[in-house]
Amino acid sequence: MATQTVIGTQNKVGQTIADPWKMMHEADRTPCFFTGSEVIKEAIRRANCDVMIAYPITPQSEAAALIGELFAEGYIGDYFRGESEFAVMSECAGAAFGGARVFTTTAGPGTMRAMENFPMWAGARLPIQMIVTCRGINSPLSIQPDTLEISYLLNTGMLVWHAETAQDFFDWILKGYMVSEEPDVHLPLALCCDGFFVTHTKDVVNLTPADMCLPPYDPYRSPVPCMDMECPPVRMMRDPFVMKSNYISYATHASWQQEVWAAVERSRKHTIRWLDGMVEVDNPDADILIVASGTAVSQGREAKAVLEEDGIDLGIVKVKSLRPWPEEEIREATKHAKHIIVPEFNVTGWLAKEIRATIPNPDRVYAGPHVCGGMTMPPEIIAADIKKLLGIKAESLAGRGS
Amino acid sequence: MIKRRLNIRMSGLGGQGAVTAAHVMAMAASRDGKFAISNPFFGAEKRMAPAESYCRIGVSRIYDRGELVFPDVIEVFHPQVITMGKSYTMPFYSGIKENGVVIINSDVPLLEREDVQRLKDLDVAVFYIKGTQIALDVAGTELSTNMTMIGSVAGITKCVSLESLDGALQERFGKKFVASGGTATLDEAIKKKFAKKEMLLKKNLDTVVRSYEMAAEWAEKNNVELAVAAA
Repeated sequence: MATQTVIGTQNKVGQTIADPWKMMHEADRTPCFFTGSEVIKEAIRRANCDVMIAYPITPQSEAAALIGELFAEGYIGDYFRGESEFAVMSECAGAAFGGARVFTTTAGPGTMRAMENFPMWAGARLPIQMIVTCRGINSPLSIQPDTLEISYLLNTGMLVWHAETAQDFFDWILKGYMVSEEPDVHLPLALCCDGFFVTHTKDVVNLTPADMCLPPYDPYRSPVPCMDMECPPVRMMRDPFVMKSNYISYATHASWQQEVWAAVERSRKHTIRWLDGMVEVDNPDADILIVASGTAVSQGREAKAVLEEDGIDLGIVKVKSLRPWPEEEIREATKHAKHIIVPEFNVTGWLAKEIRATIPNPDRVYAGPHVCGGMTMPPEIIAADIKKLLGIKAESLAGRGS
Repeated sequence: MIKRRLNIRMSGLGGQGAVTAAHVMAMAASRDGKFAISNPFFGAEKRMAPAESYCRIGVSRIYDRGELVFPDVIEVFHPQVITMGKSYTMPFYSGIKENGVVIINSDVPLLEREDVQRLKDLDVAVFYIKGTQIALDVAGTELSTNMTMIGSVAGITKCVSLESLDGALQERFGKKFVASGGTATLDEAIKKKFAKKEMLLKKNLDTVVRSYEMAAEWAEKNNVELAVAAA
């Protein structure tokens, strides 16, 4: 396989192409105090990316601008700005069809505007990586964190991961390519985080050496023909099934959709290997469990510390991958729990709905607390909700807006 | 009171450097071996619109992030935060913890009698600093007002050392720093105020030190004790 032969050689900027597993697990790490946006740049510096296409939208603009710096330094093959998010995602498809490793970033209304492209990417089996720095998608316009947009991505056929911290981001950007470019997967990845809480927060992140990078993408590992002189783009639309209305055409579409979702399933084993499990469980024997993803996990960890002072024992289940969905892991982790608390940064509580549909005795799930529209979720609010659930009198909280 | 974690809320106006101040504080705390996280909150970027930033410093890993709803320290970078309600909530001190500290950049007292009483009931100490004037006197530009806010919170709480603040300032202003367009423009503006980068760093540090000393003296005189446990 081509990737095996390039390990140990240098790329055009002089980085040594590393064995990805060794790079992520054995290479020395340097702690840096960086914003999430800077961390995205540092991950891409090491990702051997061919193309990055940008469009400015808060809170991903800084990351997109910083990757422009990387292009200026020669780390990225090509970098340009699209006319809109829809154009960007279409152009990403073109670049990926052409055999490039593609990276892009978006947020909120941008994600929604580009939505048509995501099932197309999945259907065309393009392993594009898209960072989603979640923000509000409601009207009136908001730039603040809100995770509602993730729910729209769950049924596109993309892999969907939800990072808690900038450290997750650094590691998962690199690991993400390893999972999504596997021939039996070969699907796009939406790597999500809560905007501002991760992108604009300075935190300690341990980085791998800057002179080491991933092997380049090998387009001939694609399970579908990549676009080259033998297989020009027109083949995509020649004699298209869309023109036909017969059983064969329906069966073709149906079986291809099934194949996309089978590929999502097949990514499970790679995701487990690279992310060290699709969930992370802390104190699973507790009667009360917080099950969450993204920043809600961090706030849950703080709530655990708050409640410990009152002698209340809490467990935490961090859901790392939303697609594929860790059904068995969540069933196992919650099997002893009497109360399952699902705090979320969105108004609909989509994660709680997913969990209710997964576990026996779903009435154990408490969907909340919910904050949305850019609100913060202080750990005291989670702790107060848990106390209320247990019938313990909680102090009234006179915070902002009360 | 010695805390395991100190939560600082900085309320300012767009362009004053409240975001930079929180980042510099957190960078300094990290250099001191403490755990720290900083993050900003603002609307679409414009000068003079409300902008807030938050800095959390502690002795164990900090997961908490986002808007600081229950701060120990509130810093008001501009009188308009109070007088024109350019705060994310009214009153600007909502959520402050008992025994907290409010630091206000103003030449004149700004609080209404009712506010003074409510803060007194919570045992919250109020420190006024003529931050903009100090910035003009020491650094020769009001753009260094944020340095006086860094100095005053550090002087009262000793949550970061002056040595680490020096290092953090060099890290932030001594090298190329890429941020949003607005921040980059302001960086360029402040650089133009000084003949050399070394002068910018020195004058800003002098401003930090001057306000640090004034605040430390005030805290000692008024028996204000609010600190973070040693790392």
